[in-house]
Amino acid sequence: MGRTDYIVKRSLFALLTVLVAVTINFLLFRALPGTAVSGLKCRACTVQFKKALAHDLGLDQSKWQQYKLYMENLVHGNLGVSAISHKPVRGELWEPLKNTVAMITLGTVFSIVFGVLTGVMAAWRRGTVVDRGSLWLSLAFYSMPTQWLGLMIVYFVADRVGLPHGGIQSPDLGILSQPSTYEYWKDRLDHMILPAMTLGLVLYGEYTLIVRSAMLETLGEDYVLTARAKGMSNWAIVWKHGFRNALLPIVTLIALSLGFIVGGAIVVEYVFNYPGIGLAIVDAIDKRDYPFLQGAFLLLTFSVILFNFIADLVYFKLDPRVTT
Amino acid sequence: MSRVSADVATEATAAARGDAPLTPRRRNFISATFRSQPQAMVGLVIVVIFILIAIFAPLLAPYSIHEKTGAIYAPPSSAHWLGTDDGGVDMLSLLIYGSRVSLEVGLAAALVAMIIGGAVGVLSGFFGGSVDIILMRITDIFLVIPDIPLIIVMAAVFGRNLRNIIIIIGIIYWTSTARLIRAQVKSVRERVYVKRARSLGAGNNRLVFKHVLPQVSPLLIANTVLMIALAIFAETYIAFLGLGDPTTISWGRLIENAFKGNAVLNSAWWAIVPPGVCVTLVILACTMMGQSMEDALNPRLRVGHLAVRRFRVRPLHGKLETE
Repeated sequence: MGRTDYIVKRSLFALLTVLVAVTINFLLFRALPGTAVSGLKCRACTVQFKKALAHDLGLDQSKWQQYKLYMENLVHGNLGVSAISHKPVRGELWEPLKNTVAMITLGTVFSIVFGVLTGVMAAWRRGTVVDRGSLWLSLAFYSMPTQWLGLMIVYFVADRVGLPHGGIQSPDLGILSQPSTYEYWKDRLDHMILPAMTLGLVLYGEYTLIVRSAMLETLGEDYVLTARAKGMSNWAIVWKHGFRNALLPIVTLIALSLGFIVGGAIVVEYVFNYPGIGLAIVDAIDKRDYPFLQGAFLLLTFSVILFNFIADLVYFKLDPRVTT
Repeated sequence: MSRVSADVATEATAAARGDAPLTPRRRNFISATFRSQPQAMVGLVIVVIFILIAIFAPLLAPYSIHEKTGAIYAPPSSAHWLGTDDGGVDMLSLLIYGSRVSLEVGLAAALVAMIIGGAVGVLSGFFGGSVDIILMRITDIFLVIPDIPLIIVMAAVFGRNLRNIIIIIGIIYWTSTARLIRAQVKSVRERVYVKRARSLGAGNNRLVFKHVLPQVSPLLIANTVLMIALAIFAETYIAFLGLGDPTTISWGRLIENAFKGNAVLNSAWWAIVPPGVCVTLVILACTMMGQSMEDALNPRLRVGHLAVRRFRVRPLHGKLETE
């Protein structure tokens, strides 16, 4: 099977996954007791009004018709209207999404860089103090509940390093004078560092473990022994022979862990009161804002599917043998 | 929170290398694990201690967890070893009772995941063909959908009681088990003795229960132990987001209480640190046990210079050490 076949197959699979996610999304929220209309309470909400509204929203039609309507709206990018703010969900998602992406990127880059370095070093120095130390450290981070690590960092670290406990902007910024661009972005970054570190440390533990075990596998291979026998430098053995081949499982597993990053981001943002998608979701749970929750869930699912699809393509690029 | 478990790692590496999955040595693998791997023993001891604490909670807890027995956020003292929480309830008692729900959810949800994942894996691997294709596509899809958002949505939809939470966690975490077991069953199915049994007229039921299941069960057990850790994690997330069972106390609930009760502002470290330490310890213990079992099941780690655990890439005494 050739290259295009593979890409077509993975694209079809990604599409299928999206379709299933959308359907789950539709079914789950339809399983809720009550409809968008039955919960309305206002003076003008007479029975007639509710009926008319239900008709407008298509709630008086069959489930299958509703499903078709839902899909139609989605294709047009219409995610519905928030039950609380009464604004389109799509617009409501945009601002928090930007904040989340910035924070997650910072945390993920940190964890990948340090996870790979520590993992490779631990595997190379297998059985030494370096290995055991980093193994225990990463196991410990791996075993901590993210929200708890966040609380610990707020309690024990934030004040000592002089970083804010939460939020996204200092309340006094720009009160005395218009902040310069530098001040503005530095303030943003300050608020981003601790949540990103929390997420990054948990991921760091996981990535170190993954990289270490993948490296151990490849360093045990015959071709590494051969490379040693040929007198190649350690650098070349580790990075060109070992790491290059260990990349395959590493890429897959990091892509798979994206689902976790999304989940971790939710609790991290909650702990640090960081106004991203996660905080918005927690808010929506509290207020039972189901249309918003539905839209956010769909957005998160899409992004994870997208990144997994990208990982599939990267995987193909990395290993010409991959055909299935 | 899909912490990708180590078994997926092993599987992915094996798949990348293109070799067949390895068979576990069935007999006495558990005792072999504990003999050869000290960290498995440590993990076991920790888990057993926590299980005992959970069982004997009413005897161990110094105070009732339903009444105020001290000042609000009282620091640790001889009367309250771990101080009190935002309602003046003894932290140590809360912690002891909390172990019950956390462990119960962990064990029960892991069991649900084991049953679903095991069944899907065996069916898929044993029958192959279109059954395999359909089941594996479903598994792949579940693997990609981010689990915490899915858990949140399901918990919000289905209601907040312990039974629902257990089922939801189980439903979400069966996927990696299914894939692991499938790979194993596929290789067992091709064994000579299974083929012989088949040609002697053994039916599918007999083949599955007599020959295949006993071969894959060690791996299934190791995987379930790892799954317990994931399930306990998921419970803390659900509780933290306010979707837990409001009538029960779990470690997740205690972390949530510390957060919502402003333990940070009150400088009450005793309300924050202990529940997290308990969760971390149990998860560490389960991870160590599960991984050691998997290592013990992997004969590749014991073959000559391929035994990565023995093979020193940097020879320490001037020569390569092999077993």
